[in-house]
Amino acid sequence: MPRRIVLRGVALLYLLVVLLAPLAMVFYRTFENGLEPVWQALSDPLTVHAFEITLIAAAIAVPLNTVFGVLCALAIVRRRFRGKGLLNAFIDLPLAVSPVVVGLALYLLYGRTGWFGPWLQGHGINVLFALPSIVLATIFVSVPFVAREVIPTLRELGNEQEQAAATLGATRWQRFWRITLPSIRWAVIYGVILTTARCLGEYGAVAVVSGRIEGKTETATTRVDDLVQNFQTSGAYAISVVLALIAVAVLILMTLTKPKEEAL
Amino acid sequence: MVLPLAALLWEAKKDGAQGFWQAISNPDAIAALKLTFGAAIVVVLINGVLGTITAWVLVRDDFRGKSVVNSVIDLPFALPTIVAGLTLLALYGPDSPVGIHVAFTRAAIVLALCFVTLPFVIRTVQPVLIELDVEMEEAARSLGAGQLTVFRRVVLPNILPGILSGSVLALARALGEIGSLVLIAGATVHDTVASIYVFNLIQDGESSDAAAVAMVLLAAAFVLLLAVGVLRFYVTRHERA
Repeated sequence: MPRRIVLRGVALLYLLVVLLAPLAMVFYRTFENGLEPVWQALSDPLTVHAFEITLIAAAIAVPLNTVFGVLCALAIVRRRFRGKGLLNAFIDLPLAVSPVVVGLALYLLYGRTGWFGPWLQGHGINVLFALPSIVLATIFVSVPFVAREVIPTLRELGNEQEQAAATLGATRWQRFWRITLPSIRWAVIYGVILTTARCLGEYGAVAVVSGRIEGKTETATTRVDDLVQNFQTSGAYAISVVLALIAVAVLILMTLTKPKEEAL
Repeated sequence: MVLPLAALLWEAKKDGAQGFWQAISNPDAIAALKLTFGAAIVVVLINGVLGTITAWVLVRDDFRGKSVVNSVIDLPFALPTIVAGLTLLALYGPDSPVGIHVAFTRAAIVLALCFVTLPFVIRTVQPVLIELDVEMEEAARSLGAGQLTVFRRVVLPNILPGILSGSVLALARALGEIGSLVLIAGATVHDTVASIYVFNLIQDGESSDAAAVAMVLLAAAFVLLLAVGVLRFYVTRHERA
């Protein structure tokens, strides 16, 4: 059927022009002079440090947001309380609001003239332009993912099994570990993958609060920007390829763990 | 989460309503907000149409490598936005091998926003199309409806809520996007999008002006989230009844 072929062509061409061709180009540009310059760019101590900062921030943000996400999902699905609708809407906010706005909000809170800034500085704690602000920004932007994945699964699940366990004398902890958690584990894993991807890739909020000091508070993503601005494009391409490979790995993991019920 | 946002509100209101309006009605701020909303709407229309087509192709068509294409759709969610910007700069920037040089123009802004918002409509329409009964379309066709009529009267009403909620989410994302734009559209101080405008104000130490423009973006995000909520409520009205 020609109409079918035309539509297929339009869809594939669009994906090629917007998505695949640009990505392929970065890989080509990175490896056009062989592996040696890539390796050199990646072993630059400043680049290594930037990756370390990114990994530290992700290592703190992902577990925190996983626990928070599961708790929020349980609260939203299983409990009735005042302000539930508000909590539900608030969890989604980081998805809709600009990362720059998130960064600015943290900046105003912890900056020199902010609410907490002077007090913290008086006690010798620097949040802004230091690791804590990077971690906070990363946590903020990656809040929704676990909860968003777990909520529909929990709804689907119902609570009959838990009630049955309760009548057989299982404690709350036993019910959670033996029944609820195993049932939602794929949704949790999928959420964790999305959270990790977001944490490693965050730019806007981190760019505002980190100060982007080379070798101190630069993350992998802000370093890409700085290298391009300084016309050290080969370094930027090398970092980008590493981040892109992580993204591809994330895609593969997502395809493998995707919950079968796709919720709106 | 609440405290930082409260601090933002406080800073925006610090200079009073007048200061707030002054920051918002600054010609550069107005230009930035106009450009942001304009580009976002263009992008949402592009992705609304092409996203629906892509979703249809992924559900109803069959070809070699379809599952790979299906996985690739999520790439913009997984790829850091700064890398997205760099990929576009590599292909459509000054060193473009195909001779298309759109960097630092409005076309670049639209291109970058298309990239980052690509999955939204596809991923909201796809599940609805999968659920949709092909028999309904066959029935319409057997009663003499043409292809276009079937699409307009049978398919579209069913997938429209999906298209709309995907578009609203994409709009929210497009309004706040920065990472993919800094490299390909961020060099200019004037004539830039709101998020970069805010970013530049912060760098210049003009935090109360930045907070005022940020409040506009925050308010837009709230309104759009609310719209998604209302849509979701509307879509599930039969299940809840």
